Order: sequence, then C-alpha cells, then structure tokens
Amino acid sequence: MMDVLDIFASAGLWAAVLRIATPLIFGTLGALISERAGVLNLGIEGIMTFGAMIGWMTVYHGGDLWLGLAVAALSGAVFGLLHAALTVPLGLSQHVTGLGITLFASSLSYFIFRLAVPVSGSPPTIVPFQVIKIPVLSDLPFLGEAVFSQTAPTYLAIALALVIAYALARTPLGLAVRIVGENPHAAEAQGINPIRVRIGAVVFGSALMAMGGAFLTLAAFNSFFPTMVQGRGWVCIALVVFASWRPERALGGALLFALFDAYQLRLQHVVGKAIPYQLFLMIPYIMSILALLVMARRARVPQALMQPFRRGER
Amino acid sequence: MIRFERRTHVPFSLRLAAPIAAVFVALAFAGILIAIAGAPVLEAYRRMLIGAFGSRLAITETLTRTAPLILTGLAAAVAFRARLWNIGAEGQFLVGALAAAALGSQHGLHLPPVLLIPALMLAGAVAGALLLLGPLALRLRFGVDEVVTTLLLNFVALLFVSMMIEGALKDPLAFGWPQSVPVVADAMLPKLVARSRLHIGLLVAIGLAVVIALVQARTVFGMESRAAGLNPAAARFAGVSLTCVLVKVACISGGLAGLAGAIEVLGVKAYVTTDLSPGFGYTGIVVAMLAALNPIGVVFAALFVATMFVGADSMSRALGVPSFIADVIVALSLLAMLVALSLANYRIRR
Repeated sequence: MMDVLDIFASAGLWAAVLRIATPLIFGTLGALISERAGVLNLGIEGIMTFGAMIGWMTVYHGGDLWLGLAVAALSGAVFGLLHAALTVPLGLSQHVTGLGITLFASSLSYFIFRLAVPVSGSPPTIVPFQVIKIPVLSDLPFLGEAVFSQTAPTYLAIALALVIAYALARTPLGLAVRIVGENPHAAEAQGINPIRVRIGAVVFGSALMAMGGAFLTLAAFNSFFPTMVQGRGWVCIALVVFASWRPERALGGALLFALFDAYQLRLQHVVGKAIPYQLFLMIPYIMSILALLVMARRARVPQALMQPFRRGER
Repeated sequence: MIRFERRTHVPFSLRLAAPIAAVFVALAFAGILIAIAGAPVLEAYRRMLIGAFGSRLAITETLTRTAPLILTGLAAAVAFRARLWNIGAEGQFLVGALAAAALGSQHGLHLPPVLLIPALMLAGAVAGALLLLGPLALRLRFGVDEVVTTLLLNFVALLFVSMMIEGALKDPLAFGWPQSVPVVADAMLPKLVARSRLHIGLLVAIGLAVVIALVQARTVFGMESRAAGLNPAAARFAGVSLTCVLVKVACISGGLAGLAGAIEVLGVKAYVTTDLSPGFGYTGIVVAMLAALNPIGVVFAALFVATMFVGADSMSRALGVPSFIADVIVALSLLAMLVALSLANYRIRR
C-alpha cells in the first residue's frame, strides 16, 4: 500500500506529468480556440499525426528542432485552412468534415513517411529537444527537478496557455472570437466579419494542434511511428468540454489528466503482473469519458458552436 | 449576377453524379502523390484495377474485403440518418469479433452448425449494440456528445481485446503470439467460391442492405428515424419518441458493426488478433458518406473502397508506391463527396 502512495513523493512523477501534459495543452488550446469561434475541429487527431511526422521529417533531413516545430505548425495551419474552407463558407457538417480531415492527414502522414523512410528493423531517430534547467529555480529541492527541468516546448505550452487565456478574456481580438462563437449575427452587426474570424481561429488552432503532435516526435520520443498519437486528439476534444471552454482550466485539466497517466505508468511497475497492463492503459480514455460526464451539463457551451453562419439567414 | 439557390428536390442523376465526380477528383489528387513517388500515374491505376479484378483470386479477395465494409458502411449510414454520430464502429467491430470468437471456440456454445453460425453472428451483433448503447445512454441521460465517447471507446475496445487474447482467450498453441483460441470448424461460414477466402458473409451483408433499404422506405420506423435526424423538434411534436427511435437505431447500427466483426472471424480468420480490422470501422464512415447514406449505394461504395485497398496492395508491390495511397484516396473521396453533395443541393440562378 505504501508503494502505491510513495509514487506521489517522487519528483520524477511530477516531471513526467508536465511532459505528458505538453501535447495535450497544445491540442486542447487549439481545439478550444476553434470552438470558441464556433467551429468543432475533429481533424485534430490527424493534424497531430501530421505535425508529428513533418516535424520529425524536417529534423531528420538536417533541419533545426525549432524549424521542425515551425514546419509542423505551418502544416497544421494548412489543414486548418482546408477544414475552415469546407465548414465555414461552405457550411458543411463539422463532424464529418473533421473526421475526413483526420483520415486524410493521417493517411498522408503515413504515405509521406513510408516514401521517405523505407521499411527497416528499427525506426530511425533524431536528437530531440534537451531538458533546459532554469538557473537557480532548478536547484530548488523537489520543485527544481519536478517543474523547472523541462524541454523548451513544455515551457512554451504553459506560457501559451496563459497568453491565450489573457487574450481571449481581455483583448479586442479575443472578444471578437467569443462574440462570433456566441452570436455571429450580433458580431456582424458590430462590424466584425464572422467568416474571417472563424477561419482565422480554425487556422491558428490547427497550428497549435500540429505543434502538440510535433512535441511527441521532437521531445517526448525521438522517432515517428504510425498510430503514435493514440487518441490524444480525441482526449483533447474531451478536455475542452471538461475545461468548460476556458483556457486556464484547459491547462489545469491537461495537467490533471497527465497526472493520472503518469501515475498509472508507475503503478504498473509497483503492481506488476497482478493486474493486466491493458486495464491501466484504458484509464486515460475512461477518464476522458468521465470528464465529459461530469461537465456535460455544467459546461458553458459556445452558443453558436457547430452552427454554420450564412449572411442574412437565421 | 450569379447566385445560388437551394434546390427543393435533388434529381437522381445528380445524386448519382456526386460520388462519381468525388471519386475522380480524389483519384486526380492522389495521382499527384503517385507522380511524386516516381511512378507513372495511369500505369499505377491500371495496375490497381488488375490487382483488384485481374484474376479469379483477385476478384474473390476484393469481394472478401467488401463484405465487412458493407456492414460497417451500413452501421454508419443507419446512425447518421437519424443524426446519431456513431464513430465507434471500429470498437463495435472488435467486440463483435471477440464475442463470436469466444462463443465459437471449443469452450463455447455446443450447437449443430445450422444453429451455431446464426447464434454466433447474433452474439457479435449484441456485443456491438451494447457497446453503442453506453454512449447513447450518456447522451440521453447526461447530454454527453456521442462523437467523442464512441471515438474514445474504440481505444478501450482495442485494449480490452488485447487483454482477453493475452489472458482468458489466449491460444496456447500460437507460439506465444497474442491471438484468441480459434473457432471450431463447424462455426466457419461456408465458402461462396471454392478455393478462395470468399464466404457467404458477402450475401448476408448485401441481403441486410436490401432489408434496411426496404425498412427505411416502407415502414413507420424508417420514417421516424429519418424525421429524428431531419428535425428532432418536429418529430417530437408529431408524437415520435426520440429516445425510443434512437435506441432502436443504436441497436441496429452497433449490431451491424458487431456483426461485421463476427463475420470477419467466422468467414476469414477463425481467430481474433488486435490487427483484425485495418480500420474497417473508420472506413465505414467514408463508405456511408460516398453512398449519401443510401443502403443500396453502400454496397457499391464498399466495393469501390475494397477495390482501392486490394488494388493498392498489388500496385505497391509492383511499382513501389506506398500502399497508404489507398487510404489517401479514400479520405480524399470523402472530402470531395461532402463538397459534391453540398453543390448538388444548389442550383445556379442568373
């Protein structure tokens, strides 16, 4: 019994929490921004896969790690533009279009990867982002190892969450995004172009999703393999609901979720073979469903979410 | 000035033209990728056709691949028509397969073949339906969106299958490979063509497509499920119990996906592994959309998708173009179909 609780006392656990949370923070923020403007983007799973692939590929072919992250973001923006073009001006079903984007982006990732990297025994690797120890702070007992010894994209993700929370709540641009997501007709009356705001939000959100995917191949692991995103995109969609569409809560939700994930990984070692490991691996998905269940009725859904905007039509 | 006007009725010719145009657009875009891969584009498509239909073996393989796709396509079509977003056919397929494999093994049911095969198919369908009823209950009771829950359950179902085939259902004779105990010989579906893998599951799937088309066109339930999708508020006002309709739709949709898994085990593999489904559940969504949710159209859309997958495998071996090109074509046809359908709904007025 003691072992099961001892896990919480290890700084390694808390360092892992931040690492596991990073792709979820990027992905959840991306999905959240898009949904706050009224567009559900189920392309997330595929966009994360493509970001993971193209980021890795850039570095594998001699690019800088930051260039890899930037290329991933750009690719995400392109898929986001496709999703936005189909769902915003054309008003196609956001559900089915998003799934189509996921199928397209992931199959294209596998195609490009297979074309560039022939089948081999072990997948080729790159040198990933290294841990940056923040001076002074990383010398703190426990906290130093747990919080202040992370890779650069993790710090970036946390900073982004705070910036986006501020921007959404306090800037004119954030206000525009929120109005368009609540009532696009009112937004138009205010001189805001709902079509443009929605396209912008989807494109920016998709870029963040792809960066979350790229974190997997550029920092968490050092190679790309198919199905590596493992439903993280869907988890992010659930986390947006859990966070009640608020960025600061999304950060908290991602961290809480990552805590469970990091804990179950360590618990597997303590418990050993007494319980099948698959039960532990189910925990993240079950947790996401529970999160939806708890928040479904309480969450503040953007009122115009999934409602296409047509000028002059109600 | 040119403007678009919504059609009140989409003529049959346009409804037929939409998927054909979508497929051509998808093939054209995929052609660019084939060219980038350094292969002659038309030759690649010719080889795909030969790979799918060039020999007796090729044709039976393509049709073997079509059977589960018809069923998962129907699963999506039936659900989407009633605006039940069942994206969980992949998981329902897997639990259906697992149920059939567990009850069809030597430790399972002991029945004469005439009863055993229908019983196992039913078991698969029940397992699939149960997996969808969970998310539906969460939607009806707590307002939880079923898209995300059904998607997440796909991963849970896969892990559950993995746990069972490494545990209770593990085949001790499989040299340590994680696979389930095979089903008994009596449980295997009769072959449709001798010396091939093609089994009567194809006929079951086509038969069900016809039955569903009739049910949707001729029965009160068919009308109610359509009304539930088109305008839930009006349906409720007309005295249709939305809950009742959605539960029935979920049983049919999940059941079809579960049946697909059972048929794949009883017809082809005889046992379950975690890679039993090369995405049959997800591809079923594309099949349903290409068919514009029409059950008879699903049969043809499934044949098209199966052709792409079987053809791409053979083309890939000959020309070195990664066989993932089939997945790309299928995904692109879905996106193109969505655009084509939306264009078909409008006409140009000057």
